[in-house]
Amino acid sequence: MTEGFPAGVVAFAETLRAEGLAVGTSELLDAFAALGEVSWTEEPAFREALAATLAKSPEDRRVFDLVFERFFFRAAEEAAMRQGVREQGAPGADEDGITGGEQIDYDNLREQLLQAIRDGDESAMRDLARLAIAAFGRRGEGSGVLGVDVQRIRRALGLRSEPGGPPPRDPDAPPTPALTRDQIRRFEQLLRRELERAQIERTQALPPSRPLNELDRALPSGPLQDLAAVHRVVAQLKRRLATQGHETRGRKRHAHVDVRRTMRASLQTGGVPVVLKYRPRRPKRPELYVLCDVSTSVTSASVFFLSVLHALHDAFRKMRSFVFVERISEVTDVFERERSFKAVSDAISKDAGVADVSGYTDYGRVWREFLASVADDLHPRATVIVLGDARTNGRDPRADVFASIAALAGRTFWLNPEPRLYWNYGDSVISAYEQHCEAYECWTTRQLEDFVKALTRPYA
Amino acid sequence: MSVEPAAVEDVAAGLRAVGYLPGESTALVSFLAARLGKPILVEGPAGVGKTELAKALAKYLDRRLVRLQCYEGLDEAKALYEWNYRKQLLRIQAEAQGTGWDAVQDDIFGEEFLLERPLMTAIASAEPVVLLIDEIDKTDQEFEAMLLELLSDFQISIPELGRIEARTHPVVLLTSNNTRELTEALKRRCLYLWLDYPSSEHELEIVRLHAPELPQQVAERLVEIIQMVRELDLKKPPSIAESIDWARALLLLGAEDISPEVFRSTLSIIVKHRTDLDTVAERVGVRLGVASP
Repeated sequence: MTEGFPAGVVAFAETLRAEGLAVGTSELLDAFAALGEVSWTEEPAFREALAATLAKSPEDRRVFDLVFERFFFRAAEEAAMRQGVREQGAPGADEDGITGGEQIDYDNLREQLLQAIRDGDESAMRDLARLAIAAFGRRGEGSGVLGVDVQRIRRALGLRSEPGGPPPRDPDAPPTPALTRDQIRRFEQLLRRELERAQIERTQALPPSRPLNELDRALPSGPLQDLAAVHRVVAQLKRRLATQGHETRGRKRHAHVDVRRTMRASLQTGGVPVVLKYRPRRPKRPELYVLCDVSTSVTSASVFFLSVLHALHDAFRKMRSFVFVERISEVTDVFERERSFKAVSDAISKDAGVADVSGYTDYGRVWREFLASVADDLHPRATVIVLGDARTNGRDPRADVFASIAALAGRTFWLNPEPRLYWNYGDSVISAYEQHCEAYECWTTRQLEDFVKALTRPYA
Repeated sequence: MSVEPAAVEDVAAGLRAVGYLPGESTALVSFLAARLGKPILVEGPAGVGKTELAKALAKYLDRRLVRLQCYEGLDEAKALYEWNYRKQLLRIQAEAQGTGWDAVQDDIFGEEFLLERPLMTAIASAEPVVLLIDEIDKTDQEFEAMLLELLSDFQISIPELGRIEARTHPVVLLTSNNTRELTEALKRRCLYLWLDYPSSEHELEIVRLHAPELPQQVAERLVEIIQMVRELDLKKPPSIAESIDWARALLLLGAEDISPEVFRSTLSIIVKHRTDLDTVAERVGVRLGVASP
């Protein structure tokens, strides 16, 4: 925050941009227009007004919420520090703000806290969080690491999310309804916030601001939700392919009149062919050959890869899929037979028969087998996509065989699930293959989209 | 005539009065849309009340609801306007011989021969309306591009007639089930509202509103189970529409409690996939059996 309210909002938008949200000037103008209509002394209204104008997808909204919390917390703390505001009785600051440590007893505190959490009373929760920190700090259990402290305090208070929670002391009392996980999380956030504030007061300095961690953007591991995202990207790919080439092919060749449809249309005008109907020009779609590594070294990624394969199969007719570990096995028919992703992955892990003895990937052998089985079918319109980490386990990479595959096919792509940083370390031999194909790192859906762009680029 | 909301609370109360319980952000975004004249893009899982929101807004604002249901292959002729070709032909034939072409041409491209489609209706209406463009994600990208002119300037260009500008400012809602990414250009012009599954208290309120005769404890149990089912990894988790249907079914059956038997026999109301049915029967059925012996 440099000065004034508008500068603050602009700075907030800057932070959002840094996190990858597309916040344009028009969005900012909208945000100010919206803020003109609501009272921004109330946090929820202020926040929702900004969110409605700045964050335009569920993913953006998640990032927005994280950034919002962090940004305005920091801004407030910074202002407080500059003006020398200190809280009376802040934990760790001075001791006599709270009436004696020994009087805080955990049971009492917990009762109050449960009530506050259940009512969703935020200010009460915040006060109690501060109380809990004070009590906790006095027992000398603070570890100095925020995350650890939060969990310790939560456990000391006996807050749990399963039904039952802390057993009611009075057996006749109606069983207290259990706290939901969200309610607990809300309290943990407050706890964390207060701990952070105490730390800032102690050290008189803001911790360095960090960008959000990559975790929430990386490929989520729940395959079902994940699958939806992958399907979306592949659907986009399909659409690009459908329209691709219109601009390049365009007016080169003369269009053919579709006599049948022209005659039909002429019925409307009394048999006079006023409107000519042309035969649609259908762009030739590439034939896809996809090879997917399913060995143990890419276990985490192979679920992702299989879902890419699955989605591709929904989108393309002419496509052949292979999975490999030591040997290669064609699974095109499995994908055609099974509609559900789960059945497909089960079938592949059971009967594909790709692991021979060791279960380690043998790229050299895979290339040879692949070439032997499809050499006659490969042609310059074909596209070969390899999904794998290029870790050969010390075996001969046989880049020469791979080169001849790439030469036969029109285009060859390699999707590597490892960050580029790890490429060519250890037994990764991606550089040997990279000379013959276009290699992409691909471990987030965003990177998958980049690949889609490359794949649907018109032929050079 | 039509209502002009003055504050967020008005919108919230108004929507409540017509039988729609808005979340905090829903009321706020609706309010902003009415004040700023910006379209709202509503996204969220199926059955959380996106279309209902438009209907409720129309009722509350006392405006007519103009609805355009989108589908694949929807084109301008179906959405904007079309020339009434047959009528034009009749007009030409009825014209006496010897009338100059210019006179006829002026005649047949008049508003008389224009067939108004939903978007045109919304623009040309003398009274302000609520325009609902339902399931925009089902259309092609070309159609989306065509909407841009309408959404930012509220005008439509017809080559023969010129530009038609909105006489009144419609409140526009676009809904999307998120089956495909909408273009940035479209999103930029809209306020964004994400409707998610409601919290249990909110859902209980909604169920109570739509099935007031249902005993309180059954309603509570119902919401609890629905929330439990949503936690499972299902193809299509039950949404509010399903909760309400279920509540009504239980009411019809006169159920006093949701026993495992009742649950099993009415399961098909909330879960609509073969594989999901098995999962839910297995996971939730067992827990029900234990919870209520």
